[in-house]
Amino acid sequence: MADPKYETQAVTGGDDTPSPRRSGRRNFVSTAAALGAAALALPSRAKADALNVAVLPPDIPPWTTQQGTPILTPPYGVPSAFEKKVVRHPHSRGVFRSEASSVTPLQDLHGVITPAGLHFERYHAGVPQIDPTLHRLIVHGQVERPLVFTMQDLLRFPSVSRTYFLECSGNTPGWTKGNPNATVADTHGLLSCSEWTGIPLAALLTEVGVLSSAHWVLAEGADAAAMTRSFPIEKAFDDALLAYAQNGEMLRPEQGYPLRLFLPGFEGNMSVKWLRRLKLGDEPFESREETSKYTDLMQDGRARQFTFVMEAKSVITSPSGGQHLDGPGFYEIRGIAWSGRGRITHAEISTDGGRSWKNAQLQEPVLAKCLTRFTLPWHWDGKPAVLQSRVRDETGYWQPTHAELVAARGLNSGYHYNGIHSWNVGADGAVTNDG
Amino acid sequence: MVEAKRVFAGIIVALLAGGVHAQQPRPYDLGQPASPAQIKGWDIDVRPDGAGLPPGQGSAVQGQVVFAAECAACHGAQGHGGLADTLVGGFGTLASAKPIRTVGSYWPYATTLYDYIHRAMPFNVPQSLSPDQVYAVSAYILYLNHIIPQNEVLDKTTLPAVKMPNRNGFITRDPRPDVP
Ligand code: HEC
Repeated sequence: MADPKYETQAVTGGDDTPSPRRSGRRNFVSTAAALGAAALALPSRAKADALNVAVLPPDIPPWTTQQGTPILTPPYGVPSAFEKKVVRHPHSRGVFRSEASSVTPLQDLHGVITPAGLHFERYHAGVPQIDPTLHRLIVHGQVERPLVFTMQDLLRFPSVSRTYFLECSGNTPGWTKGNPNATVADTHGLLSCSEWTGIPLAALLTEVGVLSSAHWVLAEGADAAAMTRSFPIEKAFDDALLAYAQNGEMLRPEQGYPLRLFLPGFEGNMSVKWLRRLKLGDEPFESREETSKYTDLMQDGRARQFTFVMEAKSVITSPSGGQHLDGPGFYEIRGIAWSGRGRITHAEISTDGGRSWKNAQLQEPVLAKCLTRFTLPWHWDGKPAVLQSRVRDETGYWQPTHAELVAARGLNSGYHYNGIHSWNVGADGAVTNDG
Repeated sequence: MVEAKRVFAGIIVALLAGGVHAQQPRPYDLGQPASPAQIKGWDIDVRPDGAGLPPGQGSAVQGQVVFAAECAACHGAQGHGGLADTLVGGFGTLASAKPIRTVGSYWPYATTLYDYIHRAMPFNVPQSLSPDQVYAVSAYILYLNHIIPQNEVLDKTTLPAVKMPNRNGFITRDPRPDVP
């Protein structure tokens, strides 16, 4: 009963019958693992003792005998004070604070929707604070009628809401490989998933009238990087969105408030934020971000360009790097899978480093270009284990191994790494990164 | 679905090409015509064929002065060794274990230099340089990379004609070589 992990259940209101069989050590997955390492540190029993208040059954805790905080404190709700450690962390320690990225704490999240405030960040010149009444979108180039839109105009267009993942093509960076301390936020945290609401780009293009000479679309941001990428017009008529809302509310500033492009399944950089201009042209525009950056160097020194699609990928989020299994027994292995080409059709989990595989259960609904959760019940025998997941998408493509990727592309490719990921479970229960 | 949308797009394009575009209805009639003056202020992209380059000119001789004042603090006096990206060198490293990708060793188009410097540099005050300054500082970076001579004057005709060493270093077909 001295185990502080046990006590976190009481703090969070979990079922915590103090029977000998549930003396704390087996409850890790259902409570503490879900709460993350932060919760493990809560000295609840010590605190209760210090306050000289008995809170555990059969005693009655003070929150049951007193009124809680009044309504609208605060007007915009925030997570519990006990979840303060669940925040984004810097992805890399850049010199310039406005040319930077931060990662989503995937190990602490559930379901497939990323809370807006935990969506990973990547920007090249900081987050502009844009007054939506002063924001304009100009659409011009190879069009019949160049038009300028206010946000009011754009909000009047027919709208759609779609749930899609967004992944930076620099996700799973090389430095995490072989770094035992890397968490899943470090290795896969440039990945988030939201419900995006906006206008099908196709509808907007009917307003301006597309000329037959138009084959590529340039998108430009209003930030101090004036971020620019171009993409084939087929994407505009397929599923591209001009998004103004995320998870039911207007976009967060760091996600492009008040307007962003959203290209489902494509590398994150292309979904240009703070969108101010679309220009239709006959060829790619060859901006710095599609030449100097976001091109994938091959072994022979040539580079793949216009590698837009994020191929099928998965990772186990629990147990994952930095977590700790609290003794042998039952655990649910949980992971997330996604593919820029459509739906995930299969997920498999190995607990022996890829020697044998078991089918994992896909959690419904399984949506195209959206995170899909998968789970597998697991009885840990207390021996060292290597946890891996691999997935297949509706095109029949299987997530490759690290070795297969290196054979195809060499080690300098940098972007679009989607190899099978391994977590080591030690006999002591410590979970470490095996890359 | 994709096909249907393409057909839909095709119909629109066909209608426009058929000369009825002036009467082509706007389905929602939202937005205002963008005037040439409005577009001009924001239409800053520069393409490999030189489209978008403004009048103006400059050489590495003037560019050295601009670079020292506006860029060297972050990129180093000679375009390397600063806190920000290395802009010079790296030739012959792309197929090595430690590739160094710079304007000189990697960039396929000189026009991208104009486009990027004008839109995003100097990092602390983007879009503050005049066209002459952007031409000049672009020339200086190309000169430091031994791509053009020090006295070569860059303008909207000569800049697109600069041949970049890694011009043929990019593959655009082969979209999925990593499928096992
Ligand atoms: C305050 C620091 C700072 C100053 C001053 C500055 N830069 Fe930069 N520069 C950066 C940073 C940071 C980046 C990387 C930005 C990014 O990746 O989004 C960069 C990137 C670049 C790049 C792209 C490099 C590549 O390989 O992709 C070029 C070219 C460049 N700068 C040129 C210039 C020029 C020319 C000037 C002067 C007119 C200048 N910079 C002034 C910080 C600076």
